[in-house]
Amino acid sequence: MGLMQKHVVFERNSIVLLIGILIVVAIGGLVEIVPLFYLKSTIETVTGMRPYSPLELAGRNIFIREGCYLCHSQMIRPMRDEIERYGHFSLAAESQYDHPFQWGSKRTGPDLARVGGKYSDDWHVAHLVDPRSVVPASVMPAYPFLKEMPLKAALIAEDMKTLRLQGVPYTDEDIANAEADLKAQVNPDGMTEGLVARYPKTVVRDFDGNPNKLTEMDALVAYLQMLGTLVDFSTYDDKANLR
Amino acid sequence: MSLEETVYTVFLGLLFLYCVLAAGKAVDPVFAFHATIGAIASAAGVFLIVRSFIDRDGHVEPAEINGKPNYNLGPVKFASIAAMFWGIAGFSVGIWIALELAYPALNLGLPWTTFGRLRPLHTSAVIFAFGGNVLLATSFYVVQRTSRARMPGLVTPWFVILGYNVFIVIAGTGYLLGVTQSKEYAEPEWYADLWLTIVWVAYLMVFLATLWRRKEPHIYVANWFYLAFIVTIAMLHIVNNAAVPVSVFGSKSYVVWAGVQDAMVQWWYGHNAVGFFLTAGFLAIMYYFVPKRANRPVYSYRLSIIHFWALIFLYIWAGPHHLHYTALPEWASTLGMVFSVMLWMPSWGGMINGLMTLSGAWDKLRTDPVLRLLVVSVAFYGMSTFEGPLMSVKAVNSLSHYTDWTIGHVHSGALGWVGYVSFGALYCMVPWIWGKRDVYSLKLVDWHFWISTLGIVLYITSMWVSGIMQGLMWRAYTELGFLQYSFVETVEAMHPYYVIRALGGILFLTGAVIMAVNLYLTIRHGEAEKPAADVALAPAE
Repeated sequence: MGLMQKHVVFERNSIVLLIGILIVVAIGGLVEIVPLFYLKSTIETVTGMRPYSPLELAGRNIFIREGCYLCHSQMIRPMRDEIERYGHFSLAAESQYDHPFQWGSKRTGPDLARVGGKYSDDWHVAHLVDPRSVVPASVMPAYPFLKEMPLKAALIAEDMKTLRLQGVPYTDEDIANAEADLKAQVNPDGMTEGLVARYPKTVVRDFDGNPNKLTEMDALVAYLQMLGTLVDFSTYDDKANLR
Repeated sequence: MSLEETVYTVFLGLLFLYCVLAAGKAVDPVFAFHATIGAIASAAGVFLIVRSFIDRDGHVEPAEINGKPNYNLGPVKFASIAAMFWGIAGFSVGIWIALELAYPALNLGLPWTTFGRLRPLHTSAVIFAFGGNVLLATSFYVVQRTSRARMPGLVTPWFVILGYNVFIVIAGTGYLLGVTQSKEYAEPEWYADLWLTIVWVAYLMVFLATLWRRKEPHIYVANWFYLAFIVTIAMLHIVNNAAVPVSVFGSKSYVVWAGVQDAMVQWWYGHNAVGFFLTAGFLAIMYYFVPKRANRPVYSYRLSIIHFWALIFLYIWAGPHHLHYTALPEWASTLGMVFSVMLWMPSWGGMINGLMTLSGAWDKLRTDPVLRLLVVSVAFYGMSTFEGPLMSVKAVNSLSHYTDWTIGHVHSGALGWVGYVSFGALYCMVPWIWGKRDVYSLKLVDWHFWISTLGIVLYITSMWVSGIMQGLMWRAYTELGFLQYSFVETVEAMHPYYVIRALGGILFLTGAVIMAVNLYLTIRHGEAEKPAADVALAPAE
């Protein structure tokens, strides 16, 4: 009973109560979050990972804007059925440049962590414009407007500067060429050496099938087509980041 | 003008100027639209302060009249009505998106009506708009009553209530127009987050200042829970939403956290939005309204103390159970699981404390549907807080994660616990603050109770079936060792359950509409309370 009587100090003094609450609720978060900034397994470096190209970044922002993450995860768990269905389980490094992360929490639709390269651009465009034209039982919303909306590209360098502040390794050269790189990625007939050198494995195509117009569809499909393609698992060393 | 009025006038005046500037210089149309809302809201704020200053003509509401506290109930009334309004709006959007999953043509092919934009609108409307206004209304009521003191401030209580609802409007319209951070339950962009931080600090100040005026030596247990809710939500909100805007005149920002660290911060936030917004805050409601309505003291004072500290300590650790088998290190995931299982104990301690408060008053459940709502809410709390630890066990989670089972679990807590305890509290409080004897019709409360309960049962059971079925279908193999089902076959199998779920939602909404009518009739036509007889209060103990 003695302990319970000591509790009176919290009940009679709001500031003591407030400080007590703050201390008690701070502990769990500190223990679980802080080590993640230091442990090798969470700050691993994996060959192949690079920041998003400007067009991919613009596409990712459309993915976020439309709330795609609410039905599509980007996190493959290490279980037999998931690996067979979606591919190699996801690595921490594969979302290291994701501000914020897009792992998702619900699969109303399938996981997208490795959707890149699995379908053609035409399929993606048809599917986004009218999902039921290619997957009759799909419950996905239709996004016909993406094909009409011109992509706002002028400020993409500002986005990259903001990300650089937060530790994404964009170089001065990347930022100086941001808008040009964005446009180069949809123009396979133009100069693309610089773009591909800056962003290895970048796919250069006219993604939306309409070469006359740079649309939001171009950006979103470019993003979908690169998801999960950066790490080459035939050469990936899964022991490299063990403690 | 008092110092308080002057400070708010200057602050809102400056905010008005910034908003006008921002509307002119905005780099995207949504930011211009939100800056315009901000300008209108801050101008309206200045107008209201000045008008009330002129109207009050040097008169200040006394803290006491004839030795009795003169409670400030205006903001409580506003938040109660706002809660009812947002509740019906949020439930309706929920039904709409439930139907979209059953009949995808309802997405209409327009940007602002797709599932991806409406789903955050639904979750924010029910959690933050409905739940938030219930918490604001009840906390302002309870802290005044249990302190037996008028809440201080001429402007601040109104600033908190109106400012919070402006935040809701900015957040909700933002989702429809495609402005989101994509962090679940923390979708609003940086400027809305900053505004909410200011409102929240004002909220904490009003709450503490009322406690400081209390006539009772002890702070009542409900207020511990309200205080933990306010303080912890502030901590979670600030850390999880740390972001850098691309332009101070644009809506887009990038969250400072990335990848696995962001995932951990997000679910540390996300699970404790459940733990502190939807649990601690509503437990405060339980600790005040259940004893009041049952007319019995809280069952155990010692259990309250243990319940409080154990709950707030353990809850914070549970976040990683949202990230089992992901790229989060296994030790973190295991910690999340172990603490989630331990959390079962304080949760049920709280449930027992609430239920056993009815000792000697169980017969009232037959005659008082309002008490029944409150008690059933505590029962749902017990059920959800059993199911939660179960789902946090890795083996179970490997099946349940990514499926509708999670959605069903959330709704047994949200509809059964948060919804019912809120309804019960509003049915109690609305007559009290409008000076009525009781709700207009207990018969209608009875109808509300049964229709909604049927809705909840349909909702939860359909999601259990669809969630477990889909989880099993994803991992089913043929005898030749191939995956048995393509993904879209599992989607097809969901259809009947999505229809049943939507039906459950419609029943729940029907109950809420009945409630809104009943509360309207209570306010407009309820029988006035007889003036309290002058009973001498017996000294405590």
